[in-house]
This record gives sequence, C-alpha cells and structure tokens, in this order.
Amino acid sequence: MRKRHKLARGVAVVGAGMSKFGIYKDRNSKDFFVEAFQDMRTSVDKGFDPKDIEALYIGNFTNDFFVHQAHWGPILSDLIGHTPKPATRTEGACASSALSFREGVFAIASGFYDIVLVGGVEDMSKRTTEEVTEGLAMASISYEREAGFTFPGVFGALATAYFHQYGANREHLMNVTIKSHNNAPLNPRAQYNMTIREIMNAKIEKCKAKGESVSPWTTEKEFLSDPVANPVVAWPMHLFDCCPISDGASCMLLVAEDIARNFTDKPLYVAGIGQGSGRGLHAADSLTYFEATRYAAKEAYEMSGLKPEDIQFAEVHDCFSIAEIIHIEDIGFFKPGEGYKAVAEGHTRLDGSKPINTSGGLKCKGHPVGATGVGQLYEIWKQLRGEAGARQIPNKNLRVGATQNLGGTGGTCTMTILERR
Amino acid sequence: MEDRPFSDNSFQQFLNEEKLMGSRCKICRELFVPPRPFCPKCNNTKMEWVPIKGIGKLSAFTSIFVGPPYMVKEGYDRKHPYIAGVIELEEGPKVDARIEGIDANKPELIKIGTPLAATYLHRGEGAEKKTYLAFKPE
Ligand SMILES: [Zn+2]
Repeated sequence: MRKRHKLARGVAVVGAGMSKFGIYKDRNSKDFFVEAFQDMRTSVDKGFDPKDIEALYIGNFTNDFFVHQAHWGPILSDLIGHTPKPATRTEGACASSALSFREGVFAIASGFYDIVLVGGVEDMSKRTTEEVTEGLAMASISYEREAGFTFPGVFGALATAYFHQYGANREHLMNVTIKSHNNAPLNPRAQYNMTIREIMNAKIEKCKAKGESVSPWTTEKEFLSDPVANPVVAWPMHLFDCCPISDGASCMLLVAEDIARNFTDKPLYVAGIGQGSGRGLHAADSLTYFEATRYAAKEAYEMSGLKPEDIQFAEVHDCFSIAEIIHIEDIGFFKPGEGYKAVAEGHTRLDGSKPINTSGGLKCKGHPVGATGVGQLYEIWKQLRGEAGARQIPNKNLRVGATQNLGGTGGTCTMTILERR
Repeated sequence: MEDRPFSDNSFQQFLNEEKLMGSRCKICRELFVPPRPFCPKCNNTKMEWVPIKGIGKLSAFTSIFVGPPYMVKEGYDRKHPYIAGVIELEEGPKVDARIEGIDANKPELIKIGTPLAATYLHRGEGAEKKTYLAFKPE
C-alpha cells in the first residue's frame, strides 16, 4: 500500500503575476519576467519586500534552443536582485513551471524556507514556425520523431483513436475551440481576443472591402469546416485546433501557511498536488487517455481529500483541442468517452456546471511553454479571489479550482488544487 | 543466436538490414518493441531477441501537412503530406511508424484497424543513410 501523500506543513499562495502573452519580437525573457514579477508585487494585498524571498524556482523548457541561452535561474535571480540566494531551473517540457510550483511547495513544506518565488518563462517568437515545431518536438520521444510525428501529429493521432473508440468527430473538437474563443475576449491578458464569430465576420468584411467573392459561412462551424479558412495541420488537427506560438512569463509568491495572513487576508491554500510520468505513444496503456495525468490526479485528490465533484472549475492543458476533452476525463470531471458530450452540452462554458479554461486556455491566452503551468494557476488565483472581471465565474461561492498541465506527449503531467478557506 | 545489445542502436541496425526485432524477457516472457535492455515488469536484464513478423493493424494515425525540417528535406510539404501512425503488431506490442501506400491527401478515408505490413524506407546518402520503419496495406 502506498502511503497517503501530505505536506509536512501547509503552503499558501499570496501573490500572482503574469505578463500579457503574445509575440514580442523586440522583447526578451528578462522583459517578460519583470512584467510578471511587477504584476505579482502589486497583487500582494499587504505588500512585501522582495528581499524576503529566500529561493527562486523557474520553469523553462528550451530557451536553450529558442534563443541559445540556457541556465535561466541565475539570470532571473540577478534581474530581481535575488543573488546570491539560490535559483533553480525546472524542466518538464510544457509542464516546466508546474514543476517549479511543486518544488517551491516542497521547499516550504519541508520547513527549509518560509517565502519562495516560483514561475516560468519562454521566448519562442525569435524562431520560424518550422524551427519552433522542431524545438517542441525535442520533448517527444525518438521513436515518434523517426516516424515523422510532430506535436500536432501526436495529438492528431490520439484524436483518431478517440474518435474511433467513442464516436466523436471533428465537430466535437470545434465545440472546444468555439468555447475557448468565447472566453478569450473577456481576458485582457490573452494573446487572442476575438470570438470565432468575430474572426469569421472580419474575414467576410475584408472580402467585401476588397470586392472579392464573399464566403458563404453563416455559422462558426461552417467557418471552421472551410479548409481555406481553417487549413489542416496534422489531420484531424486544423489551425484552429492548435495553440499559438507565444512569449511570456508568470510567477507566484508562496509562503508558509502560518504567515500567509501577514501578506493578504485572501490567501489561497495548496490543497493538492500531483505529478505523473508517462510513456510514448507506442508503449502507453491507451491512446485515449494519459496515464501520467490519471496518476497526477489520483495523487492530488488523495492529498486533498477532495473528489472531482468538489472541484468547481479548472484550467487544463489544451495545447490541442482533443487534449482538453481527454484531460477533463482524466481528472475525473467526466467519464471516459463522455468529455466530448459534456462540452457539446455546454457544461464547460463559463456559465456551465464545470467551467474549463475560463482564461481562453492555451489556445487563446497563449502558450509560452515554460510559463504555462503557473500561468494556469494565475487564472485560478484570479477566479478564487473574485478578481477575474468580465470572465468571473457566476458561481457566488467559488472555493476550489484546479489546474492540469501536460509536458511533451504526455511524459510529464501534473494536477494542482488550490482552495480558499 | 543474436548477441547484439538490447539497445536503440541495435534496433536501428536491424532496420537497416530490413529486420524488425524486439526483445523478450526470459523470465516473464513480456515482449518489447523497440527492445528494452531491462524488463520493467519483473525487474531483470535476462532478455532475448525475437524476430517480429511485421504484420499488424492501424491503431491511430495522422496525416501531416506541416512537417518538421527533416521531413521537408525529404520533399514533404502542404501539397505532399505524409502519414505517421501507431501500429498494433500481431505479437501484441505497438510501434510508431510511417505509413506508405495510402493517400495522405484523403485522411478522412483512412480506417482505424486497417491491416498493414512492414516495409523499410532507405533514405539519405553516405553517412546520412538511414532506414526508417514503415507500414503499408497488405
Ligand atoms: Zn520480465
């Protein structure tokens, strides 16, 4: 019997910051991190002295490849005046900063530190799309690359297996895309801020202005079914099934539970954390779920004593539309094979019974890979504190939210549960 | 008896010789393709090489229209997509492989479960020469 995991002492989140994700050709990782850090500082209700930070944990996947600079711990430590105190980089592909969060939690729970800063950064826009594709593929496994799989390709293949097993189709993927794009305009930090309908209407207006023949789309799904408007990338993944290339940074201030109220009257508490590792496509138990996510969820639920029905909303790793459907099943929100139906029925909308990716998700908020894990937690922070503005979940008694973060082709998956008490 | 190490390198050498080989645990009989040097099921290194028939069926696939630089170099692009898939072998394990002999431009017609047989793609010249595992309809 495995023992039940628990923290030796409680950990609270008392500040959170995020840069506005996007493409910034004339800015670099230091610029993104300062933006997130300043945002975090202003979020600490009672203020704090950055000199009190005892350790820094930074997630970064592969700036080594993207901008030929590795070893981001000391660079960001120096940037915020943290030297000579320790700075550690964590790498778990697209889950790199979920790992920095976890290391920060362990550092405090062990009693070694009381105040740590965790976060992540990625600078992806200085390379061509082909190069970024190659860089991200470094997080897959060699057998997948030899077969010619790209990241969209791996998720495309999972989609064909899922479709075959459960009877879903492309239209069900479109429901995810349309929902994410409906949330995005409500998030001022999102990379994209238009609904699919707005994008469609803008294209129609553009055609009219140019005197070109106007495409006959009347619905969002007609637009998304048009191979010119929404070209295929890796069947059945089309352009609007895929998250964009992004630059950005995120960070959070973690403190020991017993001093949390020195920083804010509205701290969030770490209720559950889980992490799993997974095998490649060929060796995985199944092509319709991620064993690493299921393991991470089991750990997080066991630690928290909570059940899927207790989690009121979540940010999940929708690097591709099919992924969102699989994740909401893997974290137990819906039964295997039921996720796509729940999306179709509107359960995952902002006003649904289980709002998913209220931020717009990776699809619209952006996905600077190393910054994403803590970027997802930033949305939980905003929602649980009632600070999400136009995208605030209507439930007046919001108390518990979770994130699920995925790295590579499912090689590293995490689940993190935060709660308000 | 084959005495090559149970490594990715040996797996590739076999592919170069147009052989698909796996490793089998001598203790628990679990079969691994590509080979593993260590049986994670019963924790030992007593392995033997097993020739794989190269017959299987399609478990999952994608038709890739935007490929990485190394596939673009082979001549694939938006107008010339290629298929990558996961094949469940008759012996049980699954492998990743390229799929040949099926129209990548019509992915909507491709069926999960399609019977396939192994074939070997020799690509590149000189030091760049390498063989890739592929499957095509039987
Ligand atoms: Zn064994």
